[in-house]
Amino acid sequence: MDIVEIKNLTFKYPQQEVQNFNNFNLKIKKGEWLAIIGHNGSGKSTLVRLIDGLLAPESGEITVSGIKLTPESVWDVRSKIGMVFQNPDNQFVGANVEDDVAFGLENAAIPREEMLIRVRQALERVGMWEFADHEPVRLSGGQKQRVALAGIIALKPEIIILDEATSMLDPEGRQSVLEIIRELNQVEHLTVISITHDIDEASNAQRVVVLDDGKIVQDDIPAKIFSHGASLVKIGLEPPFSEKLKEELIKQEIKVPDEYLTKEGMVDWLWQLFSKQ
Amino acid sequence: MGKVLLGRYVPGDSIVHRMDPRAKLILSFFFIVIIFLANNWQSYVLLFALTIGSILAARVNFAFFIKGVRPLIWLILFTVLLQIFFSSGGTVFWRWGPFNLSYYGLINGAYVFCRFVLIIFMSTLLTLTTAPLAIADALEKLMMPLKKIKVPVYEISLMLSIALRFVPTLMDETAKIMNAQRSRGVNFGEGSIMQQIKAVVPLLVPLFVSSFNRAEDLATAMEARGYRGGEGRTKYRVHYWQTGDTAGCAVFVIVLIILLFLRHW
Ligand SMILES: Nc1ncnc2c1ncn2[C@@H]1O[C@H](COP(=O)(O)OP(=O)(O)O)[C@@H](O)[C@H]1O
Ligand SMILES: [Mg+2]
Repeated sequence: MDIVEIKNLTFKYPQQEVQNFNNFNLKIKKGEWLAIIGHNGSGKSTLVRLIDGLLAPESGEITVSGIKLTPESVWDVRSKIGMVFQNPDNQFVGANVEDDVAFGLENAAIPREEMLIRVRQALERVGMWEFADHEPVRLSGGQKQRVALAGIIALKPEIIILDEATSMLDPEGRQSVLEIIRELNQVEHLTVISITHDIDEASNAQRVVVLDDGKIVQDDIPAKIFSHGASLVKIGLEPPFSEKLKEELIKQEIKVPDEYLTKEGMVDWLWQLFSKQ
Repeated sequence: MGKVLLGRYVPGDSIVHRMDPRAKLILSFFFIVIIFLANNWQSYVLLFALTIGSILAARVNFAFFIKGVRPLIWLILFTVLLQIFFSSGGTVFWRWGPFNLSYYGLINGAYVFCRFVLIIFMSTLLTLTTAPLAIADALEKLMMPLKKIKVPVYEISLMLSIALRFVPTLMDETAKIMNAQRSRGVNFGEGSIMQQIKAVVPLLVPLFVSSFNRAEDLATAMEARGYRGGEGRTKYRVHYWQTGDTAGCAVFVIVLIILLFLRHW
């Protein structure tokens, strides 16, 4: 079943000349983790903002969880989607952690007794309950993004959209955020759409879509996409460590497998190669 | 740097801390009004007793209150001196041109000084024992009647709380930009007034640009989280009016009655 369906989408910003999207089509399956990659300005943020109804298309049809996106249904559609943006500070609305998690619940007019329960559960979920009364200045970027995730979890959405949500974080913060996303995807079967320049994040996905100037140029499983090596930089990604290592090995005239290897796969392959000799 | 403006709140668990912010806000205003009813030393003694009593009940360090007076000391002294030298009446001790030092002048000067100190102490007590956000909440509640004349009360209060939330963030950013500009040789707080104004420009421009970007991001994020105006939202933070708040109000009313009585001593 498709949870997001985009048909013949056409869009352009009022102040721009060229179309950002022209007859664009995309289907996203329920429970899928889709990574969207592409160089800056390729239209990734614009695309997810269209899905969330934050921008209105010129023509075409967007359906989210069975609801056709129209000016009347936009709030219903938004209630199915939770979005985390790039800058941790600029999406922190509340004066402190619990207040920020409650913001979305207040908007949805959830009764206070239930808010108290949901705020606590969501914060425990992301490991931030003990920081409930902390102001944003006392939190790291990773902690702020975890609070943003708690704000989303509390609202029980079906889809989580990450627009470069980990790009301003240190490796540790990035890991802690990805850990939560992985769990939400695998345990609760939430659909995840993540825009990223980070290969590790993209390799968590079941499917990778490469955007270039508002067009899908590749749509495949991560292993296939990342095996193109050198072209990765062109599509806006750093090649993964294992790919870089492979290229070095080829220079040493060692035969390496063609398909993409994860870090773990690389380790396995290396020790197997080593013990064969 | 984040502590300068509104970070005066000192968390605690006294009776005063636990009072409903609405009660504290109302009583602070009430107090400022009744100060102007005091007209003899007995009434000032009464008001000082009330203030000191409130401070003791709040169990906060008295040094905070002295600190509250210090930045205003020149304004206070100036006003007091004006009172002393320009009001006449009673025995005149000294005269020079338009200036004269009279008995009433001295008394008035002392009263003005007391008024200043009382107002500063009480408002310091309010901000020391009440989180800025709680004050914003109280303002929202107290402004509610204004909704009838189409004042966007919810929006004003959300604006206020977002502004409060971003003060430390923008302070941090200011500090960062200042350091960046210093490393390029800009001197802050040095040189002629013209030079100082010039030094502020490279500070304000990036700060404005970044604030507008933040505002745009924040608006998008709020919309994505389902914000569509203040109407029909529920509230996570609530404040309950308790017996202690009623008792506090009663104490202030009693003080007012005694004060009215003392006026005609
Ligand atoms: N608010 C806007 N107004 C006008 N043009 C915009 C706006 N936001 C993005 N664009 C333009 O749309 C294109 C796609 O931008 P965006 O979706 O942000 O790309 P990405 O997220 O992939 O980096 C770019 O050419 C960008 O300049
Ligand atoms: Mg983007």
